[in-house]
Amino acid sequence: MSATGIIETQTLEVSLGPQHPSTHGVFRMDVVLDGEYVVKLKPVMGYLHRNHEQIAEKIAWIANMPYTDRLDYFCSMTNNWAYALAVEKMAGLKVPERAEYIRVIMAELTRLLNHSCAIGFLLSDCGAWFTPVLYALRERERILDFFETVSGARMMCNYMRFGGVRVDLDDQSLAMARDIVARWPAFLDEFEKLMTENEVLIARTQRVGILPRELAINASITGPMARASGVEYDIRKVDKYGVYDRFDFRVPVGEAGDTFDRYMIRILEMREAVKILEQALRDIPAGPFIAPEAKLRNFKVPAGDGYGRIEAPKGELGFYLVSEGGAKPYRYHVRPPSFINLTILEDMCLGQKVADTVIILGSVDIVLGEVDR
Amino acid sequence: MPTVEQIREMLSAGAAKSSLLVEREDLLAVAKFLKTDPQLQFDFCSCVTAVDYIKQDCIEVVYHLYSVALKHGPVALKVRAPRALEQCHVPSLTPVWRGCEFQEREAFDLFGVKFDGHPDLRRILMWDEFVDHPMRKDYIPPMDYEWEPTPHGETLARAKMQGGTVPASALEAKK
Amino acid sequence: MSNLLGKGLIDGLVVTAKNFVGSYFDGNRKDRLFTYQYPEERMKLPENSRTFPFLVYDGTPDQLRCTACKICETECPPQCIYIVMERDANGKPLQRPRVFDIDISVCMQCGICAEVCPFNAIKMDCDFERSKHGRFEDLLVHLPELLKSNEYYHQIKSAEATRVDATRKPTKKPAAGTKPEKI
Repeated sequence: MSATGIIETQTLEVSLGPQHPSTHGVFRMDVVLDGEYVVKLKPVMGYLHRNHEQIAEKIAWIANMPYTDRLDYFCSMTNNWAYALAVEKMAGLKVPERAEYIRVIMAELTRLLNHSCAIGFLLSDCGAWFTPVLYALRERERILDFFETVSGARMMCNYMRFGGVRVDLDDQSLAMARDIVARWPAFLDEFEKLMTENEVLIARTQRVGILPRELAINASITGPMARASGVEYDIRKVDKYGVYDRFDFRVPVGEAGDTFDRYMIRILEMREAVKILEQALRDIPAGPFIAPEAKLRNFKVPAGDGYGRIEAPKGELGFYLVSEGGAKPYRYHVRPPSFINLTILEDMCLGQKVADTVIILGSVDIVLGEVDR
Repeated sequence: MPTVEQIREMLSAGAAKSSLLVEREDLLAVAKFLKTDPQLQFDFCSCVTAVDYIKQDCIEVVYHLYSVALKHGPVALKVRAPRALEQCHVPSLTPVWRGCEFQEREAFDLFGVKFDGHPDLRRILMWDEFVDHPMRKDYIPPMDYEWEPTPHGETLARAKMQGGTVPASALEAKK
Repeated sequence: MSNLLGKGLIDGLVVTAKNFVGSYFDGNRKDRLFTYQYPEERMKLPENSRTFPFLVYDGTPDQLRCTACKICETECPPQCIYIVMERDANGKPLQRPRVFDIDISVCMQCGICAEVCPFNAIKMDCDFERSKHGRFEDLLVHLPELLKSNEYYHQIKSAEATRVDATRKPTKKPAAGTKPEKI
């Protein structure tokens, strides 16, 4: 205590992670705290780096498909689709219509399972002791059982191929998918009743972690996080890849850019995904499920480079591929949404309490397999 | 230096072939122009990566740009730097697009390209004391395995040389 | 929210209470997540589910379908298969493998080997209870353990096995009795 009676304080440096139940994987944040308030925050990643890009240069084009499953391990179908899209762009392969519908069905089911679990884990970070996660997992199990019936594995599906999909959807699987989609609106109503008007959630997430619109665009933020800040950019509407231009769905856009908006955007996107699924399951045509000129072995992509991207549940997942005309990629780069969405983590957390840091990280919705590759 | 008309022609011709190769000195000026020109407005930098062209003895840094305001793109902005570590540096575009920050750090970490003007250039995926740049084509991984039951090709050659544990069936000469 | 303070909390508690009480009366297993009392009670896996590969033989283990063409070895992404072809006394290849090792600690169960095999010889099993006590040698599976009969294949994947039987042509192999001089 000095002579004037003021207590002198010091800042405290804390390393949140890498083993921490709320960091969504092996991820570390070095925070400098002044009491409870965050003064500086540096994310440290690389604990799950598996040099996926270097492995890809040594094996054939199709052999990379199972490795892409393991990038964002929650959503393997959309990872597969992004890679298949990039290669098909470079090779000029045309995908038959039934395969495009199947891809849309798989991608939207993936969006459902990702958003429900992301919200569940966000609530878990808020202190809701795993109840919302179990509600989400109950529905996610149905979708994973469907994936197992179709492709053979629950999470590492390895389902998309260049020019189509690996196996066709038979009538029994379609009936299973329709049953899943029929149950979702009721589940979403129950989920929202459980959480949306909860005073604790509102108090903890409103006006926390605000991301201004201009900063979101400048920092290359994509996905639900950008749309919550008011950026009207959905790759399904802009690039119109696949057959998305045939479906009637809206893109929800938020205003405040805080954590509560990021939570609400995911709920609304789930409702839109259900709409797309109902339309796709109704309109799916008969036909081939893979392009006739597609081949597995000795598949050579013409020389050149190309960038293919899709709207993955976490943001814009892109693949930049350089080919020398051979059977192996020359350069294979993944543009991971989680990695780039972490750019402004510090900006969002400055001036907030350390408990809010965990919630803000939960609302960014990262998966370390994608961040570190 | 391409003009606005040439860039817009490229965009309408099809996104697949729109790429701009610029010199290192012009890079910052071109980037600012692409961002601020009212007909182009490339305000969103989607992907930053580096490619090691060992035969042409250069490392090429590629920036993919899109426009959120006008919803067009992409344009690939490419710049080349020599492979030798002391001369391998390009201007950083982080002051123009903040999203390049982590991706340029990754290109530095894995390829050794230095970005002049980057606010915080240090390793991001590898640990801080790591010495080499792993994604270069002439990178030699360290000889440090202990068990390789199904070795193929060069791994088998290294296994035999290093005298590590290899099962009996794998030691037979492949005919 | 012009509701009374706490309504959101009470709504949530009503939902959890309904689920809690309902789970005692709800005999319908379809609506809830429930626990299978493993290992006494096992879940029936879908037919397509895949774990590790196995080699199919028709009749006796001698008549395995594999011709040691090594296509699965080249296409395997993590390179976990190791094949050496059997040769007779003069060095002529006998279209069967002498060594067929799969390292199941590396295998990522992608199924690409089964997809590219031109002879329908290697297929994906659905047996997941494969843990061993050792980390290295024990997880390297050799040819005798990999061989399983076509009847077993029909048992685990009847629709797929029937389709394969209808469309495949039997492979011609030299007589299985010729043995090479050195092992």
